[in-house]
Amino acid sequence: MSVPERGPLSEPASEQSALWLGDTPDEEWTPPGKTPVGAGRTLMLEMAARVLFPTVLVFSAYLLLVGHYGPGGGFSGGLVAGLAFVLRYIAGGGSEGAEIVARLHIRPRQLAGGGLTLAVLTALAPMLFGQPALTSAKLSAQVPVIGELDLVTSLVLDVGVYLLIVGVVLELIRSLGAGIERDARDAEEPAR
Amino acid sequence: MLGLVVAHLVMAAVLPAVSARNRRAAFGVAAVLPAVTLAWALGNAGQALGPGLDSTTSWAPELGLAFDFRLDALGLVMVVLVSGLGALILAYSAWYFGRRSRDATRTAALLLFFAGVMLGLVLADDLLTLYVFWELTSIASFLLVGQSGEHRANRRAALQALLVTVFGGLAMLLGIVLLGTAAGTYRISEIVTDPPTGSAVTAALVLILLGALTKSAQLPFHPWLPAAMAAPTPVSAYLHAASMVKAGVFLVARLSPAFAERAVWWVPIVALGLGTMLVGGWRALHETDLKRLLAFGTVSQLGFLMVLFGTGGRIAAMAGLALLLGHGLFKAPLFLVVGIVDKVTGTRDVGKLSGLGRRLPSLVVASVLAAASMAGLPLLLGFLGKEAAFEAFLHDGGVRNWLVALTLLAGSTFTVAYSARFLWGAFATKPGLPATEADQPSRGLTVPVWITALSGLVLGTLAPIVDGLARRYGAAYPAQDAVERDYHLALWHGLNLPMLFSAAAVGLGVLAHLRRDALTALHRRLSHPVSAQRGYELVVAGLERFAVRVTGRLQVGSLPAYLGFILLTVLALPGGALLAGGSWPADQAAFHTAIQLPLGLIVVIAALALVRVHRRFTAVLLVGAIGYGIGGLFIVDGAPDLALAQFLVETLTLVAFVFVLRRLPAHFTEKRPPRRVIVPKAVLATTAGILFAVLGVVASGARTAPATASEEFARLAPEAGATNVVNAILVDFRALDTLGEITVLLIAVAGTVSLVLATRHDRRRGTQVTSGSGTPEHEEELLG
Repeated sequence: MSVPERGPLSEPASEQSALWLGDTPDEEWTPPGKTPVGAGRTLMLEMAARVLFPTVLVFSAYLLLVGHYGPGGGFSGGLVAGLAFVLRYIAGGGSEGAEIVARLHIRPRQLAGGGLTLAVLTALAPMLFGQPALTSAKLSAQVPVIGELDLVTSLVLDVGVYLLIVGVVLELIRSLGAGIERDARDAEEPAR
Repeated sequence: MLGLVVAHLVMAAVLPAVSARNRRAAFGVAAVLPAVTLAWALGNAGQALGPGLDSTTSWAPELGLAFDFRLDALGLVMVVLVSGLGALILAYSAWYFGRRSRDATRTAALLLFFAGVMLGLVLADDLLTLYVFWELTSIASFLLVGQSGEHRANRRAALQALLVTVFGGLAMLLGIVLLGTAAGTYRISEIVTDPPTGSAVTAALVLILLGALTKSAQLPFHPWLPAAMAAPTPVSAYLHAASMVKAGVFLVARLSPAFAERAVWWVPIVALGLGTMLVGGWRALHETDLKRLLAFGTVSQLGFLMVLFGTGGRIAAMAGLALLLGHGLFKAPLFLVVGIVDKVTGTRDVGKLSGLGRRLPSLVVASVLAAASMAGLPLLLGFLGKEAAFEAFLHDGGVRNWLVALTLLAGSTFTVAYSARFLWGAFATKPGLPATEADQPSRGLTVPVWITALSGLVLGTLAPIVDGLARRYGAAYPAQDAVERDYHLALWHGLNLPMLFSAAAVGLGVLAHLRRDALTALHRRLSHPVSAQRGYELVVAGLERFAVRVTGRLQVGSLPAYLGFILLTVLALPGGALLAGGSWPADQAAFHTAIQLPLGLIVVIAALALVRVHRRFTAVLLVGAIGYGIGGLFIVDGAPDLALAQFLVETLTLVAFVFVLRRLPAHFTEKRPPRRVIVPKAVLATTAGILFAVLGVVASGARTAPATASEEFARLAPEAGATNVVNAILVDFRALDTLGEITVLLIAVAGTVSLVLATRHDRRRGTQVTSGSGTPEHEEELLG
């Protein structure tokens, strides 16, 4: 089957063949028509933010996992992930911030509440096994290729913290960032 | 026993589902459980009168917390009142509330809930368990008196009852903790067998008494009880006559065997109890509302019961137990009669009812039975109690006892008089008044009245049954002499002094009733400059004014003022502690490494510059510089985790600041404030800053125990699967703290976001602020 010639990246993904559906980014690289031209865009920042965004998210996940062995943990990881969203928001303006949050298919407060729920459930789970609440256990497994893998159940609590922090930061972007911006627009005075 | 209590609560929770189908059936279903409880208690009567029936369910063994229950003679009597009368009153309510009554659903569930928690209270053998149920009954009472909250009278009465009883309850909690600590146990049976001593116990007893006196509506807390008559009559009959108000008396009866010797226990009880008996009886003589008449009668009788249980004599205690049962069995039917009268005639005013006795002759007979028991006429349960009460204070003939006996005689005279007044007011044909129109009450209403009134007669006639209960309870008190040791409750003790007293009370009481107009005139003339109700209102109003004044002074709406108050508090409390007991550590070095100097310098310079700048943006950047400088110090001191978190938070704070700055003026204020404002602020800020620095050094140098905790953490960390101790502490050793902190964080953010988004809409309205009435778009935005 011949690969159809690909159009510019701004072409919608749905028009492309099944083969491409797998690895085409469904987000457009630089949306020319979306941001108002007069809004003082900085192309450098916008591009840098887009490139850095996934990297920073991966770094945040690394911080989350490495917390048991070095500097890091759910709190730091969550803050780094939150800052990644802040970067996108600053680069792209309020509309992009809102867009990112919308694309998550989850409301920030659900994320934060979910994090807290996860943390509380982790805290209560040991009681099912007749242990005091908040007991942690270490699970070890031999994984082929990688070798021995340790998993500490308290990591789940850290994941809860991580999710909660991300939710909290997104909520701040929504209220202090986009909220104030729209307020300024509604009040018909320019946001400085 | 916990199972029975929980069954009540579960049943109460599902009762609304039954009510939705049939309101009357809901009351019927609700009555089943108390009836079962009564049967269970009577079935275990043998063991209750012997060694007592114990059951313990521990729910937090690490903290030594358990639900301890115990059924003994006193408990059995209370269960008869709570569950026996509860079942009857619930059945009565089925006919009392209309088929369509909107209050019925709530009332049925709440009455059953109350029956459950009251059962827990009277069975509790643990002071903390008792306290929990004690407060739950207060809440049930609040909800039942308040009803739908539509009527001002209900709301006020409910609030008054709640404030007074919960005030006492909280005092009691302090007392319970003091007593439990002094005794080393919270089990009532253990405390009673081996009472603790010491000054802490004295304070504990005063506090516990406060709880008992407020709950049982003793002087000067009594006005809440007549006010609570705003509740529907079955509720009044159950909570405010038969069971809940007896909780205070019950507690006194529980603890008296251990503490009645102490003056701090019996003096206030006897003095206030006698006063309450007289005041309640006197007020009952002048009430025109039948229900309030009974309410003041209840106040009076509760005072009587307090005196009997508080003095610590064996015969008095036996009399108390008989009267405790007797009061429930005569006061409940009288209330139910008032309910019937109210229902069939539409009024319960003495001045409007006339000739009802001709129309409802059978109700008159039942009422006479109950009222005669209240007045203490022979053959009835009330007689047994009153006879024993006089005997208790007359048999050894000291001055103190004679005084008590004579006051009791006066109180009993009032009791006879208001019993007569009740019968006269409800049923007599009054000259000049047309006979009141009345329908015939349904059997569902009259049968419970008959059952309770007759049981007073039966138990009075079969004196040995009550005597068995009373002697079992009285055995807890030491017998002072042969009379006390051999005393039995009986219908006939021969012609003796107590008999004479009883006869005198009846004679004088009837006389007082016949001369009622003269007495009421006297009552009018004795106008009260001091009234307990007025006192309550003054206290509540005073508290509100005080709260307004304090709030007005402290919450002035200025951020510098808030910060100032906080810093002043810090200076006063930890600062005072520092001056009192702090000492500068001897080996405190100025710095560890050279790199600390420039970092510290950066922080200090940024802080100093911060107070001089005029532009907000510069200020924010300087705050950031301080934060990063401190983060640098963390790295130097070997705390990479802390530094990482500090840098990230600092960055995020900076961004948040910048977001907000867009909407704020670029400069702080146009002109500098005057010196008299700046100088105190500067002094306060500098002092507080220095205090914190000194506090940091002193507190970290004031270690009294070696740092074993940290070593323990370092040792355990690999076991928890971690090489990073900080993280292991956060998510494992101190995980509960983390959980608490993230919860606080979530709440703080929810509050911030709501404030930011909620004020936006308000501000747009211009001058008119309409909080909480957002446009649809605004609501949508609030929801995310």
